[in-house]
Amino acid sequence: MSRPVYLVDGARTPFLKAEGKPGPFTPVDLAVQCGRPLLLRQGFEPQDLDLVILGCVNVIADEMNPARVAALRLGLGADMVAFTTQINCGSGMQSIDTAFRYIRDGSHEMILAGGAEALSHAPLTLRQEAVEWFGQMSQAKGPMAQAKAMTGLRAGFFKPVIGLERGLTDPITTLNMGQTAEVLAHRFDIDRKTADAYAMESHHRLARAQDQGWLDDEVMPAFDPDGTVYEADNGVRPDSDMQGLAKPKPAFERPHGKVTAGNSSQITDGASWVILASEEAVEKHDLRPLARIVDSEWAALDPAVMGLGPVLSATPLARRNGLDLDDVRLWELNEAFAAQVLACLAAWNDPEFCREVLCLDGAFGQIDRDRLNVDGGAISLGHPVGTSGNRIVLHLANAMRRLGHARGIATECIGGGLGGAMLLEAA
Amino acid sequence: MTGPVLKHLGETKLELGPATEPRHPWRRAEADGVVWLVLDCEGSSANTISRAVIEGLSDELDRLEETPPKGVVIRSAKPSGFALGADIGSFDDMAADGAAALLRQGHAVLDRLAALPCPTIAVVHGPALGAGFEIALACDRRIAIDGASFGLPEVQLGLHPGLGGTFRLPALIDPLEAMTMMLTGKSAHTRKARKLGIADEVVQERHMAAAVQAMLDAESDRSPGLKARALRFDQARALAARQMRSETRKKAPEDHYPAPHRLIDLWEEHGDDAQAMQQAEIDSFAELLGTETSKNLRRAFFLRQHLKEGARGEDGIAHVHVIGAGAMGAEIAAWAAVKGKRVTLGDVETAPLGRAIADARSVAKAAHLSDIEIRDALDRLVPDPNGYGLARADLVIEAGPETVETKRAIYDNIGPRMKSGAILATNTSSLSLDDLRDGAPEAARFAGLHFFNPVSKMQLVEVVRHAGTDDETARRLAAFCGSIDRLPVQLRDYPGFLVNRALTPYLLEAMVLMDEGVDKEVIDTAAIRFGMPMGPVALADQVGLDIGLHVGESLKAGLDKPLPDISDTLRGKVKNGELGKKTGAGFYDWSDGTPAPDADLDDAPEDLTDRLILPMLDACVECLRRDIAADPDSVDAAMIFATGFAPFRGGPLHYAKQRGAEEIAGRMRALASRHGARFEPDPGWADL
Repeated sequence: MSRPVYLVDGARTPFLKAEGKPGPFTPVDLAVQCGRPLLLRQGFEPQDLDLVILGCVNVIADEMNPARVAALRLGLGADMVAFTTQINCGSGMQSIDTAFRYIRDGSHEMILAGGAEALSHAPLTLRQEAVEWFGQMSQAKGPMAQAKAMTGLRAGFFKPVIGLERGLTDPITTLNMGQTAEVLAHRFDIDRKTADAYAMESHHRLARAQDQGWLDDEVMPAFDPDGTVYEADNGVRPDSDMQGLAKPKPAFERPHGKVTAGNSSQITDGASWVILASEEAVEKHDLRPLARIVDSEWAALDPAVMGLGPVLSATPLARRNGLDLDDVRLWELNEAFAAQVLACLAAWNDPEFCREVLCLDGAFGQIDRDRLNVDGGAISLGHPVGTSGNRIVLHLANAMRRLGHARGIATECIGGGLGGAMLLEAA
Repeated sequence: MTGPVLKHLGETKLELGPATEPRHPWRRAEADGVVWLVLDCEGSSANTISRAVIEGLSDELDRLEETPPKGVVIRSAKPSGFALGADIGSFDDMAADGAAALLRQGHAVLDRLAALPCPTIAVVHGPALGAGFEIALACDRRIAIDGASFGLPEVQLGLHPGLGGTFRLPALIDPLEAMTMMLTGKSAHTRKARKLGIADEVVQERHMAAAVQAMLDAESDRSPGLKARALRFDQARALAARQMRSETRKKAPEDHYPAPHRLIDLWEEHGDDAQAMQQAEIDSFAELLGTETSKNLRRAFFLRQHLKEGARGEDGIAHVHVIGAGAMGAEIAAWAAVKGKRVTLGDVETAPLGRAIADARSVAKAAHLSDIEIRDALDRLVPDPNGYGLARADLVIEAGPETVETKRAIYDNIGPRMKSGAILATNTSSLSLDDLRDGAPEAARFAGLHFFNPVSKMQLVEVVRHAGTDDETARRLAAFCGSIDRLPVQLRDYPGFLVNRALTPYLLEAMVLMDEGVDKEVIDTAAIRFGMPMGPVALADQVGLDIGLHVGESLKAGLDKPLPDISDTLRGKVKNGELGKKTGAGFYDWSDGTPAPDADLDDAPEDLTDRLILPMLDACVECLRRDIAADPDSVDAAMIFATGFAPFRGGPLHYAKQRGAEEIAGRMRALASRHGARFEPDPGWADL
């Protein structure tokens, strides 16, 4: 069985810049903040959903299986099945993809699929030596044994391991994500200025979208228990310019690197949900879908060049569906790093790369900047890793609707050497 | 939230040992040498300690004394809790029949329980209050099921404990803690009870039988703590008693509330001698039972029951949408969410929605919710700038600006978006429902739902019908009040409804008096000495002078009767933005908290108190004559639970009857000749 699957609606929180301390919301708090208004504005009852899937990379100890915690806190009932997906930066798209396949295959009718991430809550952990010392202490019986164990204590044990830093480092190549972007910048000859110009444009586009109200249905204000209201993505710099972007030193490979804090995605907290429904559910509840999910693709490549994940996943997806570059009118390509996005564009426009790696006859083509990340991306918005894949699918659907485009692809690179892509058609 | 599996499994069943057969009032059964006495009063969902309960216990004790078992377990068969205390309805008869003799019989039974040679264990789930707690205190040990609470709230009825609480509790726990519990009437919840030493152990219901067994296996005695020993000395007690008296005086002046003062006397005099204390407790309780204060406080208790009766039934309201995140809208939303409703709070601005969330957290904290419960309450309260909740709400409460035009504009906007069958209620305090009803989407399902500020503290809600409100709407609104633990009074539309109609002349007269040169502290002190919780000037500040002015003007325009002229000072303050508590200053400076005036009244005008109080009584008589409220008890209840009208006086109409309708009407005529027509008594006095 292969049934049409619709993206009915979706909403997200504003993406909130991490300020060097835990932010006001945990991953589930964020999921609840945008899930409540999303469910309130539907014509069906929340219990009409059959499943909740949530992508989340950095799960916190109080929220094991955040999907289930979120489902219960959203009032979806004790009998709502919910599970969490994790494929690093693709987690929020993996949740949609799983939902898409379940509905397509006929086992489910309506699924809430999301992503949630609070990078500001990423834990500080103890060093392995410290953990071992604690173990010895707790096993030591009697004062003598305890005193002996105590002498093993070293001050360095308590220098915490920053979970976020470890999480953004590839465990196979030991390169951190920024370094993989440096590799791409070198291989595809992307200079600092071009990367900075790309970053500036990202900020200007997001600022315009916010001003024009294009995000009003997508971004729901979040309210913390202290009464602070977060209305919009707060990492945006509307007045971003080349002088400003030229200032920061390379963030990952000093002194000669090209990747800076200014032309990289920001570290943020945020959550996003979409509602997927079968044709039957659309008719039954009289829903007005935003788009139809046509197909999806995951690909894998060398971890050191993980930034090319979009090229490896989106190209076969397009080709399989008989689409040339011109047939795909809108692209959401997650902006992990400006150099990484530009490297993807360069690879698609490189006949040799396309022949050898993608098995095409020649170059896939040049993606026009007017079709790519039209309302900004992770450089201006931020990149809450488990959420971004969800956001780009949701925003692609909204932007296709606004601009009247028939077809679009959302795609992302994934730390560890993966790529994910999803093809949408106007509903 | 209960899923199908827990629904199937049902409520956790109470472990009643072998005592499974219902029998009134005590079930008795024995297994493994342990006797279970299970209290199961017939015809009620909660146990009260009646004469039959005590006599039944006496019969059981006969058998237990004859052949003492290995142990005795006392608990309740009612899921609602252990016992709510004495049967208050029987107090009048008891007072008439010679209370002291009856009390002595009761004491003798509990003394026998305490003297049983075998271990006795009270197992308490839910509340154990008053005489219920006193039975538990006569046992050797107490096991609290998580969620249990223990309290001696007699002081709220103008009494103190009368079945041994005054000497058994101070003997069991730190005597100062015991006195605090008895003087405030506040309950100790599970954890506190464990900490104080009231409960020997806290367990879940599922471990109760095992806990009883373990306790019987390891019975051991105990001796009083150090502090208890120190307080056996007269001087230490005298010092402590002095402190208690000064604290108690602030909240409960002896003239109005004698009971706590008698309790302190008892303890100071006999705290070192349980037997003497027991005798003195009996005599003092019997005496307090006959005081007007206790009679009127018992009346207030029944008035509350009266309002609760009117709040019974299903409200059919799962989701409430509140329009307007101002002070009132925000707190209504917060309270409803704390009490379990799903709530959306709409406002065109997001900043007040943010403040509403912060306020809701404070309300939830003040209501003693745990961190997880606070999280859940805040999850239920959804700030809704887009008004998505309108289409889902079973009840929409409009708390928008107080003008007919704005409210009508709101109704025009929301009407088409509301769910069919939903009720629209307005929280207006000053506008006529008859003026608003034409704008409402469905007049039959439109009514007033007037909360008082602060919603979390003020228990009364006026449910106001206009001529076209249907019965079912009024009933559902009253049931809604019940479901969020507020007390509804059903009223017909009238300027100021009942409570503001009655309070406005009181507030305005205070301002006239100030203009005449009487100090605000003198005015407020006079009202407080009469028994009001707060003087009229401080109350005006607390309500907000802008709101007071608005209500005053609207009442002056809407009523046939003359009201005091609105003072220029009030208008000036409102113009300057000195609005009272909310701006930090009005007539009083609120920067140091709520003012507590205590002035010398020697030079106060002779008619000061009557000028303040009688117009309030007169307005109540007028509302009764015009059938605004159904009956005098509803009026008295509303005034006590909305304004704190001197509860020890039994309510304004009860006080008026006690003092004499004719006397008051005469006094008002005299005041009218002196101060103007606003004091002319209502024609209704003749029928009171």
